[in-house]
Amino acid sequence: MSLKKRISLTVNGLPVIADVEPRTHLVDFLREELHLKGPHLGCEQGACGACTVKVDGQIIRGCLYLAIQADGSQVETVEGLTKSGVLADLQESFMWRNAMQCGFCSSGMLLAAAELIENRPKATREEVREWISGNYCRCTGYHSIVDAIVDVLVARASGQKIKPVIAHA
Amino acid sequence: MKAAAFDYVKPKALPEALSLLAEAGEDARLIAGGQTLLATLNMRLSEPSILIDITDISELKGITLQGDHLRIGALVTHTEIEDSELIAKHAPLLKAAAPHIAHRAIRNLGTWGGSLAYGDPAAEWPACSLTLGAIMIIHGPAGERRISAQDFFIDLYTTSLEPDDILVATEIPIASSNQVFYFHELARRHGDYAVAGLAAVAKKQGNVLTDCAFTFFSVGATPVMAIQAQEIVNGQVVNQDLITKAVSAARSEIEAIADITNSAEAKQHLIGVLLERGLKHLVS
Repeated sequence: MSLKKRISLTVNGLPVIADVEPRTHLVDFLREELHLKGPHLGCEQGACGACTVKVDGQIIRGCLYLAIQADGSQVETVEGLTKSGVLADLQESFMWRNAMQCGFCSSGMLLAAAELIENRPKATREEVREWISGNYCRCTGYHSIVDAIVDVLVARASGQKIKPVIAHA
Repeated sequence: MKAAAFDYVKPKALPEALSLLAEAGEDARLIAGGQTLLATLNMRLSEPSILIDITDISELKGITLQGDHLRIGALVTHTEIEDSELIAKHAPLLKAAAPHIAHRAIRNLGTWGGSLAYGDPAAEWPACSLTLGAIMIIHGPAGERRISAQDFFIDLYTTSLEPDDILVATEIPIASSNQVFYFHELARRHGDYAVAGLAAVAKKQGNVLTDCAFTFFSVGATPVMAIQAQEIVNGQVVNQDLITKAVSAARSEIEAIADITNSAEAKQHLIGVLLERGLKHLVS
C-alpha cells in the first residue's frame, strides 16, 4: 500500500508537483524531498512546535499534517518568510535579545511569534507567553524570547523598525 | 515515529463520504483537522487502512445564526470559534473556552466536530456542548438524526456515533441577555489537559441564578453535570451558605476517577474549588 499519489502545491511561492505516500508528513516532505531544513523535527507528536510551518496563511504543526493534505495549498517555511522579509524585525530582535542558543526551536518560534504580531498587535507580555506556550525551548528559559517579541510589538505600535544588529554599509 | 502506510481519499460531497465510510467499515478513519488522529497514527496506536478526508464537504463548514440557535459545522476550527463575532455574541462560553485548547498552531487545524466525535473526557467542547444543551446533527446510511449532547457522550472516548456515521453540525441555543457564564480549568501548564474543569452557564437576576448548567470535565469517563448542585442553586439567593451546600452536593454526586498523575480525591476536591469560584463569578 505504498501507492504514491500526486500532489501540487505552492511552497515559498514556487509551484511544486510531487508524488507522495499518503503517510508522509508535511515536515518530512519539506525536509527530505524539497531539502528545506528550516522546519525541524522534534517530538513528532505535536508537543514541541519545532516543525511549525504555515499552510494557507496559518501556522500549523508540520508533524500533525500530511503532505497530501497540503494538495492545492500555499505552504511557507522559515526560508521563504526570511527571503520575503516578513520575519526581518523578529529575527533582528531575536539577535538583539539573544533569544536563542542552539537554535533548534527558532524557526518554529519565529513563525508562531509572527502570527501573534499579525493577529494580536496589542498583546501583553502574558499573552505572548501564552501564545508561544506551544513552542518548546530547552535553552533560553523563554525570557529572552518574550523580550524579543515584546520589543517588536512595541516597535510596531509606534511605527518603528527594529534596528539591524549588523549595519549594512 | 512514523505512521504505518494507509490509503487516502478526499470525497467532495457528503453522500460520497458516507458510502466510502460504509464500504471501508471499521478499517477507515475520518480525518478533519487530524490533530489527535495524526499523533495516534505517528505513535502507531491506530493503524487504519484508509483515511477519508472530509475537509472538502461544504455542509460541514461555517458558523451561522439560524433564528434562536447557532449552527456550528463540524469542520469549524477552534481558531474560527475563538475569533468569531457570532460566537462572541451568542455563545460567549465557547469563546472563553477556546484559548484553553492546546496551542494556536493546533487550534488552526483542530475542529469542533472532531473534538465532539472523539469524546475525550478532558476536552473542552464536549463539556461546553453539554452545558449549552447542544443538539448533534448526524448523518448515517439511514439519513439524518439528531441527538442531544446529554445522550451523545456515552463513555470514555465513546459517543452514540456508529462507525458509518458522520457528525455534520451542532445546534446551540443562543445565549439570552441575562445569561452569565464561567469557564475555568485547572492545569499544570497552559495548553495541557485539565486536572479538572468547569463549564457553567446560568440566568442571573440580582443574586439569584436560574437555569443553571454546571458541567465538570476531566473528572470522569465523560463530561458530567452536577444535577443536584444545579437544583440547590436554581432560584435561590447565592450566599456562602448556598455555595457550601452546592459544593458539598457536587462533591458527593460526582464520582471522580483518578488519572495517571491525579488521584480521585484530588479531583473530588477540585470539583468543589471550581464550583465555589464559579458561583462567586456568576453572581459578581
